[in-house]
Amino acid sequence: MSNTYDPVEVTPLHADEVGRAQADALAAIAAARDLDDLKTARLAHAGDRSPIALANREIGALPPAARAEAGKRIGTARKAIGEALAARQAELEAERDARVLVEETVDVSLPWDRAPRGARHPLTTLQERIADAFIAMGYEMAEGPELEAEWFNFDALNIAPDHPARSDHDTFFVESTESGKVLRTQTSPVQIRALLSRRLPVYVVSPGKTFRTDELDATHTPVFHQVEGLAIDKGLTMAHLKGTLDRFAEVMFGEGIRTRFRPNYFPFTEPSAEMDLLCFVCRGSSAVPGNPPCRTCKSEGWIEWGGCGMVNPRVLIACGVDPAVYSGFAFGMGIERTLMFRHNAEDMRDMVEGDVRFTLPFGMEV
Amino acid sequence: MKVPLSWLREYVDLPAVTAHEVADKLTAAGLKLESITAHGHEIKNVVVGRVLAIEELAGFKKPIRHCRVEVGEAAPREIVCGAVNFAEGAVVPVALPGAVLPGGFEIASRKTYGRLSDGMICSEAELGIAESSPGILLLPQDTPIGADVVELLGLRDDVLELEITPDRGYALSIRGVAREAATAFGVPFRDPGAVEPPAVPGESWPASIADPTACDRFVLRSVSGFDPAAESPLWMRLRLMRAGMRPVSLAVDVTNYIMLELGQPLHAFDRSRLSGGIVVRRAQAGETLETLDHVVRKLHEDDILITDDSGPISMAGTMGGLHTEISGTSSDIVIEAAHFSATGIARESRRHNLVSEASKRFERGVDRELPLIASWRAVQLLVELGGATAEPGVTHAQVEAAPLTITIPSGHPGRVAGLPYTRETVIRRLEQVGCTVSDGAVAGVRGGQGVAATGVVSSGDLADKLAVQGDDLITVTPPTWRPDMTDPNDLAEEVIRLEGYEHLPSVLPAAPAGAGLTEAQRLRRRAGRALAASGYVEVLSYPFIGERDLDGLQLPEGDARRRVSRLVNPLSEDEPFMRTTLLPGLLKTLVRNAGRGFGDVALFEIGLVYRPEADAPATAPVLAVDRRPIPEELAEIEKALPRQPLRVAVVLAGEFERSGWWGQGRQASWADAVEAARTLARAAGVELGVSADQHEPWHPGRCALLTVADPVTGESVTVGHAGELHPRVVEAYGLPPRTAAMELELSAIPLSGPVQTPVVSAYPVATQDVALIVPADTPVATVEAALHEGAGDLLEAIRLFDVYTGEQVGEGNKSLAYSLRFRAGDRTLTVEETTAARDAAVALAAERTGAQLRGA
Repeated sequence: MSNTYDPVEVTPLHADEVGRAQADALAAIAAARDLDDLKTARLAHAGDRSPIALANREIGALPPAARAEAGKRIGTARKAIGEALAARQAELEAERDARVLVEETVDVSLPWDRAPRGARHPLTTLQERIADAFIAMGYEMAEGPELEAEWFNFDALNIAPDHPARSDHDTFFVESTESGKVLRTQTSPVQIRALLSRRLPVYVVSPGKTFRTDELDATHTPVFHQVEGLAIDKGLTMAHLKGTLDRFAEVMFGEGIRTRFRPNYFPFTEPSAEMDLLCFVCRGSSAVPGNPPCRTCKSEGWIEWGGCGMVNPRVLIACGVDPAVYSGFAFGMGIERTLMFRHNAEDMRDMVEGDVRFTLPFGMEV
Repeated sequence: MKVPLSWLREYVDLPAVTAHEVADKLTAAGLKLESITAHGHEIKNVVVGRVLAIEELAGFKKPIRHCRVEVGEAAPREIVCGAVNFAEGAVVPVALPGAVLPGGFEIASRKTYGRLSDGMICSEAELGIAESSPGILLLPQDTPIGADVVELLGLRDDVLELEITPDRGYALSIRGVAREAATAFGVPFRDPGAVEPPAVPGESWPASIADPTACDRFVLRSVSGFDPAAESPLWMRLRLMRAGMRPVSLAVDVTNYIMLELGQPLHAFDRSRLSGGIVVRRAQAGETLETLDHVVRKLHEDDILITDDSGPISMAGTMGGLHTEISGTSSDIVIEAAHFSATGIARESRRHNLVSEASKRFERGVDRELPLIASWRAVQLLVELGGATAEPGVTHAQVEAAPLTITIPSGHPGRVAGLPYTRETVIRRLEQVGCTVSDGAVAGVRGGQGVAATGVVSSGDLADKLAVQGDDLITVTPPTWRPDMTDPNDLAEEVIRLEGYEHLPSVLPAAPAGAGLTEAQRLRRRAGRALAASGYVEVLSYPFIGERDLDGLQLPEGDARRRVSRLVNPLSEDEPFMRTTLLPGLLKTLVRNAGRGFGDVALFEIGLVYRPEADAPATAPVLAVDRRPIPEELAEIEKALPRQPLRVAVVLAGEFERSGWWGQGRQASWADAVEAARTLARAAGVELGVSADQHEPWHPGRCALLTVADPVTGESVTVGHAGELHPRVVEAYGLPPRTAAMELELSAIPLSGPVQTPVVSAYPVATQDVALIVPADTPVATVEAALHEGAGDLLEAIRLFDVYTGEQVGEGNKSLAYSLRFRAGDRTLTVEETTAARDAAVALAAERTGAQLRGA
């Protein structure tokens, strides 16, 4: 580089030459119709053998004083070509994408029901939801056999053999009427099992299958489900029972929904109450004359839901629990009935027949 | 209990409120309203008339009369009438034009049989008094003409039907309901039972109680000269009907009327049919009695009987005998009013399947003080309405019974409620119920309600255990009509309910922290979710099966599933057994769905099966209830009950993967059934073993035995079977061809511990494929297990990607193509290492199954 040259002698670095090379390049880039064309143009006008690249190599031949100017000239040209290439590249890619993606369009509304659809039975998931409401309050889930001993199903629950309440339960007897074995008519025997097997205090909820010899019709089924709750602790009162069921009603049916007690009779609770639920649809308004009727509560304002009461001290004694120290409450309700009013199910036969059209809409949760 | 409001108002000064308001108050007190029936509200413009003249019209198919009837207007009305049971001068109800009769039936002037008929002469049926009536209603001659018939006869009334719980026998009477209504409204109550019959010397008929456990009071009174033709007055018939009883004859109606009013069942004997003294006793072996319903009943030795010299004449408190029944000619009548054992009558009624108005009341407990009063009221009515003469004397046999007393701290009701009541409130409420309350404890007196106690009266130990200690004791004697009140909490309930359940505060107790669901409970939920997510729909079928199911499933003789629990009173005689397998219910549900057009169906059920042990005792003992049972007693109960494991089953038929625009679907098969078991095993976190088996009801060539390794012993535990059903089972149930099924015992699956975290290696994978030729009958599972074991720890995964049979592998062979993925946790494997591992895998497979490397 020690030699000095007249810049005029280095033709490729002439402004005119550089300008032409740039113009040729930009023209070729603009003329490229697709990405392949552009690739060819890039090679020809920006590649290693392109006029502008070759010119760049000659800069060293210039006298030092002239190099800066020539370098600048080449640099400007290369930048312009590079930008033009990038811009055209983006343009052409967008064009290609638009075309290809349009070609790949499908009808996304086509059905794709290849895999079978399943569902859980709403009576199952409703039992789970109810159990979960109590588990969240600290209860545990207790279970017991469905083919049960009479002692558990009746005697221990203060239902003596000749008690009228015993004949009110239309009982399935197993093997013989004297065998002491029945299909449990209620989930209450689980109370006894829980008290005999668990350490006090006891807070349990027990959903399950129960049996009475009713004929199947729209509102009866001989095999049905109940959920039972039992709390035995020191100092439990009827106010605690009310508080528990009010909370439960709220969890299941929304804020502001509460329960109402009416005196009733169950041998295993004393005092006993029938429990009504404030209608969660009309919130009681339909019972007021002049207001629109309510289908859910039949315009009563309240829905009969279940039974409850303070555990009869005789039941505690039969389980070896000292009623002078412990007291508690129990409650129970029908799952089928709950499904009927919570989901507007009108016919119990649908719940037992197993028609998939009934069950599928309930999916995995109820 | 049907309560005509007019009857109730006779004993309570109810304020001017609607029937609904009365019902609401009674419901709040525990007498729940079932329904309200309004009677006579729509009837109007019916007045009393006198028939002045009758002209018989001839020429019609039936007798027709044209009458002139005075109705208290300026001129008589002309009325055409088809009835003939009246003469000129008769006083009758007349519906004037514009009148409305029950059912909205309107009366207008009209031309009929060629005459003007300006109204209608009414029968009892037309006025809604009777179901049917042969002629028109004849009123007493002194009835004021023109008077409003509805007012006059009391036709306008509301009847409350109340549901009476088994503890409240007293409320099966107007008397009992009136007492509750009076307390509820805070108004005076006039007790129809608070009458003192005059003391009369002598017996009316000889009688004695032979069994004091059967009856503790037996009262007889007698009348003579009763007019058997005397009719019950309209008011009595009306009340009986509205209370739900059919009028029969005056003598019977009187006993029913008193029973409804006071709650004391009565029985009337024809005195001329009695022979000798009456004895109340239990039946003797072989005795029979023909009852009122003309049924000859074989008596049980425990039955309580009314007997005379001839033998049994009545089943106490249940149904009378035919021979001594009041007939259309009876003029001398003996009225029985007794107090029988509640449990005795309950048993008798159940044994003979005889539920009567009397038995219903005795079972629930009747006031022991009523027999003298009720029998006296009955005699009065027979005298007054039937022209009878009361015979002197009353028979009164009784067994002394000390009244029961209960001592509680006055604060007990408040402590049960969680709401303090003042001592005054507690005492006032108990007194309203009818209790006598005194201060302090009364030592040594507890007593009992004689034979009537509906609950088991506590004694000794149990009484001590029930006793409530505390300050400010009060001693309460429940009224004789409340034999249900025996325990401290019974008193608490009375106070709390009368103070009002609506005033109970709502307080959420702080339960101790719970442990959530158990592992088994969580597994059960997971199992259901996993199957539903795999495309199965849950069903809850009835757990009843029959012989036909056991045969339909092709279960051989001696199969354990043939050992069933049998119901004494099944819903259907065809299905008297409790299920020992879930399959019959599922298969029937599948058939039902297929029949309704859903041939592509996959169902599952999770539920108990009932598996009685061969050596189980026949009876489960009934234990004592006055103490906690000892473990041996409980064990005896458990031994008598069948094992009740939790099972899961699936059935499927048709396409499991649907055909559609994408192409052919896939038929459900044995493989789906086995996969359902694998799905469950994954949900349970255990490895499922699958091997060939032959087990009904499955196809012998397409049946898989499902096993799980016990995590402790490592032993293989059978948990179920899966596969395609036997063609004969398909035929027996009418199933779609190739229906597949799986049944597995969820409670037999060992609960897995926490999942162990795998090592996730970042080193590259090395894959080697092998194709092995094995005899066609070699189970793939065996080959795969050998490869797995032989390859050792470097093996990350193994996958069977092809099964080939054909000439190239020779007759009777199959080729299994596996892809083996190797990876180490600490280095990149060399080709030599992976090849060595692969060779070891193949070598073990060769050793175990005779597998040969294909192409080798």
